[in-house]
Amino acid sequence: MDLDVRHAPDPVLSTVCPPADPRSPAVLALAEAMVDLMQASPGCVGIAAPQVGHALSLFVLDVTGARRVESCAGLVVLCSPVLVSCSGRDVRREGCLSVPDLTGDVPRSTAVVVRGLVPGSGEERVVEADAFEARAFQHELDHLQGLLFLDRVAGAHALFARKRYL
Amino acid sequence: MTTYAVTAVGPDAPGEVAALAEALEALGANLEDASMTRLRGHFAMTLVASLDAPLSAVQSALESAAAASGLHVSVWSVDDDAPPPTVGRPWRVTLHGADRPGLVAGLARELASVGANITDLSCRLVGELYVMTLEVDTARPLELSRVAERLGVSVHAEPADEDVL
Repeated sequence: MDLDVRHAPDPVLSTVCPPADPRSPAVLALAEAMVDLMQASPGCVGIAAPQVGHALSLFVLDVTGARRVESCAGLVVLCSPVLVSCSGRDVRREGCLSVPDLTGDVPRSTAVVVRGLVPGSGEERVVEADAFEARAFQHELDHLQGLLFLDRVAGAHALFARKRYL
Repeated sequence: MTTYAVTAVGPDAPGEVAALAEALEALGANLEDASMTRLRGHFAMTLVASLDAPLSAVQSALESAAAASGLHVSVWSVDDDAPPPTVGRPWRVTLHGADRPGLVAGLARELASVGANITDLSCRLVGELYVMTLEVDTARPLELSRVAERLGVSVHAEPADEDVL
């Protein structure tokens, strides 16, 4: 399955995603293709289905090897995930594959518990995360609600041009 | 199509952004980047817009739009070349301390002396407290303790690298 990363203002990125059936072969195939794309994209730690053009409540996430990692659950693939609880707060600068030219300072909780269904088996999985991984979960959960980090920036002067380096 | 830079400064009142933006829209302009804030209560806006009209027409339209509110408007054409690649990485710098002349000059000169480029800046005077926040591109880590000591203020600098999610 070939997947293309969608960029804002693609309307699929502003869509509230309906639940994804974890036992659907099509959903499993999409999840596997998203994992392949994430692992093939340098620096990528997560992809939500709307970022590849599918308005479905599904994301893949893996912060293994990323900077600033504290908790690390390894590869997490969840259908219809929900935020069970969250605590703490800090502000960090975020970027997104779907908004390649901007970054923004975004407040997020520093610890979260997320629950969802594993594609294929349909089993429930609960993940506790903090620091960078908690931020990544919140970023992907937002995608499934049609929200980008642009919707969360900390103020009128908290959005920046993404640097292009020599 | 010509790219124009516009500045507007004056008394703050509701509707000023709308008046300027509507005047530009009436000229068929595409309002690109813009920044607006209040400086000690004064409205201050800078923007870049592209449109197909002579400078005199843009100046006249914006002055008419701003006349009622007493804004001073300046317009000039600028090139629309893409910005050059950034040298270095983004850092966030903050300064705070007792107000006195020379704080902005002292910190800015120190940053310039190490080749750091200020890309965003905000300064606020509240009572005796002076606060600066800056975004800086720098090719090497910033060490600002000496300038902080010389100016008699607190200066904090840290990388502002983003988490790409």
